Amino acid sequence: MTLQLSDRDAAMLAGDLGEAPAMAMRLLTQYAGFMDAPRLLDVSAAHIDGCLVTGQSSIDLAEALRDQGGRVMVPTTLNVSSLDLLHPELYRGDDEPRARRLMQAYEDMGCRPTWTCAPYQLADRPGLGDQIAWAESNAIAFANTVLGARTNRYGDFIDICCALTGRAPAAGLHLDENRRATVVISVEELPASLKSEDAFYPVLGFVIGTTVGTQIPAIVGIPAATEDQLKAVCAAAASSGTVGLMHVVGVTPEAPTLSTVLGSETSAETRIVTVADVAHARDRLSTRSEAGLSTISLGTPHYSADELRRLLEQLDGRSVHPSIDFYVNTGRDVLVSQPGIEADLAELGVQVVTDTCTYVTPVMKPVSGVAMTDSAKWAYYAPGNLGVDVVFGSFDECVASGVAGRIVRNPDVWGAL
Amino acid sequence: MNSTVTARVLVDGTASGPVLALDEPLSFWGGVDPNTGTIIDIHHPQHGLSIAGQVLVMSHGRGSSGASSVLSEAIRLGNAPVAIVLESSDPLIALGSVVAAELYSKSIPVVVVDDLEILRRASVLSIKGARVEATGSRQRSARESPLK
Repeated sequence: MTLQLSDRDAAMLAGDLGEAPAMAMRLLTQYAGFMDAPRLLDVSAAHIDGCLVTGQSSIDLAEALRDQGGRVMVPTTLNVSSLDLLHPELYRGDDEPRARRLMQAYEDMGCRPTWTCAPYQLADRPGLGDQIAWAESNAIAFANTVLGARTNRYGDFIDICCALTGRAPAAGLHLDENRRATVVISVEELPASLKSEDAFYPVLGFVIGTTVGTQIPAIVGIPAATEDQLKAVCAAAASSGTVGLMHVVGVTPEAPTLSTVLGSETSAETRIVTVADVAHARDRLSTRSEAGLSTISLGTPHYSADELRRLLEQLDGRSVHPSIDFYVNTGRDVLVSQPGIEADLAELGVQVVTDTCTYVTPVMKPVSGVAMTDSAKWAYYAPGNLGVDVVFGSFDECVASGVAGRIVRNPDVWGAL
Repeated sequence: MNSTVTARVLVDGTASGPVLALDEPLSFWGGVDPNTGTIIDIHHPQHGLSIAGQVLVMSHGRGSSGASSVLSEAIRLGNAPVAIVLESSDPLIALGSVVAAELYSKSIPVVVVDDLEILRRASVLSIKGARVEATGSRQRSARESPLK
């Protein structure tokens, strides 16, 4: 398909607006070709994933665009970086100069230094029908699913190209016809007691991610869910699979009924999630190890204000066991919105981490035993990224384990399995 | 066995090499170490194998949206596959090669074919533009069987 450029697109490509927009448009038009897009469309916001150092090429691209005068044309937020600027003493790596260079390059281009993987927890988040260009797989899934905003699965490099041009390919999830559900995931047979547990949601996301391939699932049988529970489903489904959009029927904004999201897809297959599927997924999220518990990491994606407060309430004045390193990741904006909470958590032995995440950069003390988490995404990536053994547990189990200094299971959470 | 199929070209180029056919989609970010080319995703059945120097045959990418920078970095360091053959277009993967071309004048061909099955069984694939030639056939080696 031939890409039709607007006059302004063509001017940017020709370099009339400067070298950086030209380079960004050169990459963007090729990207549009990969997607078979007939044209580009305007986006109202961007979220940049490229500010985490994955290698020299991340820095080379960002500095090339910055040095050629690149300035973002739409409000643009930044994902986690490789450093915690509020707690710089935590960083144990040797790549700080490059990490700072990369962060600076994106700030120089006019991006907001939000440093969070949960931009949907910022005050001015996009809304239903907004066309945006977001990177970071969990944020993409959340934006499409929970906010009803429209973004494809953008990633590092293309994210900044969209921001520097204010444009994105008119294809994929930007368009009505590609947002219909193509497979139905039924959790109707699962016991209500299981569905009332927070820990069910990341596991469900893992089941969905490993089941649906590139399809768009409609999930039936969830009567209600909080944003934090939906966040957990989105993060797990996006990291274990390729999910960019889900419809939770009766819960998410584009899914009042099953027939609305299926449209003409009346032959969509229905897959029934069983108790055994949930048990299997939960078990796959833990690696096998005989070692004792040494570390707990919560907050992947970044904890919301509600989740931070809940952590303090759940600890209820009890201190973390001295043998345990206990971390919680959150965004700096969320932390600022909760005055005093960091000191209260620190007093009980909890280390708050901002601006980055414990599984993407060396900020945790060496993990001498097993690491425990309530995040399916963390459980999924940490063994490969950090070379650690992981136990997945519910939030309650993680807190109880942190206090006890050993893995504590709560039979009530998983009773139905 | 020799056969030739016509591909859709995402990133143009010429390359030839031994086939590494992935049993499951792979996330480059968090799944491949660009400093070595090794598959580090412990959940992937081919965990521990290297994609460097291979013609990587896979249905599509998966997971994190950070695929482009991992691939461009692997290309920069010479640890990338020599070519990637997909079953459905994966813009994030193709962009990694395009950016490496833009920054380092180095790229690898990325093509899409309708049906990977014949190519998966070949021992060597040669890519020249839209033309993909499969040579030889092989048993699935022990190297490619799941490690878990």
